[in-house]
Formats: sequence, structure tokens, C-alpha cells
Amino acid sequence: MEVGQMQRQWLDYTRSLFLEGFLDAQFMQLQQLQDENNPDFVVEVVSLFFQDSERLLKDLTFALDQNAVDFKKVDAHVHQLKGSSSSIGAQRVKNACIDFRNFCEEQNIDACLRCLQQVKEEYCLVKNKLETLFRLEQQIVAVGGSIPLVEPTQMSF
Amino acid sequence: MAAPSSSNWVMESPHVPHVLAVDDNLIDRKLVEKLLRNSSCKVTTAENGPRALELLGLTSGGQNTMNGRSKVNLVITDYCMPGMTGYELLKKIKESSVMKEVPVVIMSSENIPTRINKCLEEGAQMFIQKPLKQSDVKKLTCQLMNCEI
Repeated sequence: MEVGQMQRQWLDYTRSLFLEGFLDAQFMQLQQLQDENNPDFVVEVVSLFFQDSERLLKDLTFALDQNAVDFKKVDAHVHQLKGSSSSIGAQRVKNACIDFRNFCEEQNIDACLRCLQQVKEEYCLVKNKLETLFRLEQQIVAVGGSIPLVEPTQMSF
Repeated sequence: MAAPSSSNWVMESPHVPHVLAVDDNLIDRKLVEKLLRNSSCKVTTAENGPRALELLGLTSGGQNTMNGRSKVNLVITDYCMPGMTGYELLKKIKESSVMKEVPVVIMSSENIPTRINKCLEEGAQMFIQKPLKQSDVKKLTCQLMNCEI
């Protein structure tokens, strides 16, 4: 595949991630922060997000597994995950966290467990999508091409 | 963004602004640091209020660990932090004789008017809604350096 095709593939894939709601405008903020001085900024921040999220999901699983659930603690973890997912533009993860927090407030353990499952699923989905996106980027860069600049108007939202 | 107060927070001499960014979230710290660096600021980060106070030299018996050349021109802090909240940090800064003139900006993911007003009344220069964008930070640093937009 030649560079132009790879770039179009990357653009189409990126556009689909926005259209399907996996990513929102905040992700474009991250892309715009990437430059020659920080060519790996997006990958770095997203990698931090993956590490941090996995830790939080483990902590949440543990906290909800206790005989006496500390909902304040659970809420604190979800708040963190909501914050970081929002900051990188992982919209569906963020929205799942918002729902989760509502049930924490109600101290509804069953609903919380369902929410945790939902958050885990959304996290796995966005992780796979972003890893695919980064692989496409690596392929473009490997053949000497550049990652297209993303304009909001191209993303049709 | 809530409007800034009327006090003059322009730096006395033109130099690279030194910003102390306080946030317990690692990803948010990385993001705010990059946004500030993109606006030509020197950045120090802290992960909680007590650490921020330490860096500002406001802990009892503590020395200012950043000497005169590295004086902080702006503090930007998250509101929701475990232990000491951004509001409590703001109060401590405003209560100090040494640091009370330093502008403090509060960030929060939650848009709660009573929270915003409480911070502004306590002397916060500005309240910024998270997630942070380049335009938010540019506006902030422009005001700090008194440049024409």
C-alpha cells in the first residue's frame, strides 16, 4: 500500500472513531499538541491513560468485591477514571463513568457492578481502537509519510 | 470560563512565567504541563495541596525551595483533590503574607455555580472547566503577560 492510501485509511479510521462516539473533540486537542518537539505526545498520554485506567479498574473490582462496600472509595476511583477519560477524549468511557457515579450515590451495589462491567467493556473497545490507530500511524511513519492534520470539519460533528 | 477579578495580575518584568500546576490526576498533570509549555511557560507540577505549599515555601518552618529567580507567577489547581481541596489550597495561599498576590486559577470537571462563586469570593482569579483546552490556557497566559489578543 502506498503512503497516500495509508493516509486515507488513517483518516477514514479516525473519522469513524469520532462518528461512533469513541472519541470526542478533546482527542483533537491532544493531536494538536503533537509537534516536531513532541512527536509522540498522543501515544505518551494515551499510554499513561491505559496504565492508570487498568490500575483503577483493578481497584474498583476489589472495592466492589468487599463485604461492606465503601461507596466513597468506589466513587473516588470512578471520579479519577472519569477525569482522565474526559481529558483524553475517550467519550464513551467518560459517559459510562458518569452513569456509574450516579449509582454510587444511590449506593446500589448491583447497578454499580453492572456499571463496572460497562466501563470495562468501553475501556477495552477504545483501547483496541486506539492501538489500531497507532499501528496505522507507525506504518505511515515507517515509509516516510506524515500523519495527516485533523481538522474538526473533516470529522463531521 | 468565569470572568477574572479586577486585580492586576500582570507580571512586573517581562520574563518567562513560572506556573505551579496542582492536580492529583497524572494524565491531567501531563496535559496541563504541555498546554502551559506550549504557551511559553516554565512549569512545575505538584500532585497535591501539601506538596504545592511545600514548593511555595508556605509550610510551617519550611524554606522557599524555589529561590527568587524561580518565583511562581501563577498557581493553577484542580478543585477536587483528596486531603486538601483546591479551595483549601487557595485559602492558604491567600492567607499567606508572601504569596497572597499570586493569582490562583481553579479547574474543575464539574460546573457547580456555588463552587465557582465560593472560589471567586475567596480570591481565585478564574475558574476553568475541565477538560483543559489550548484556548483556555492561551487566554490565561496572555492575561498574565498582558499581551494583546
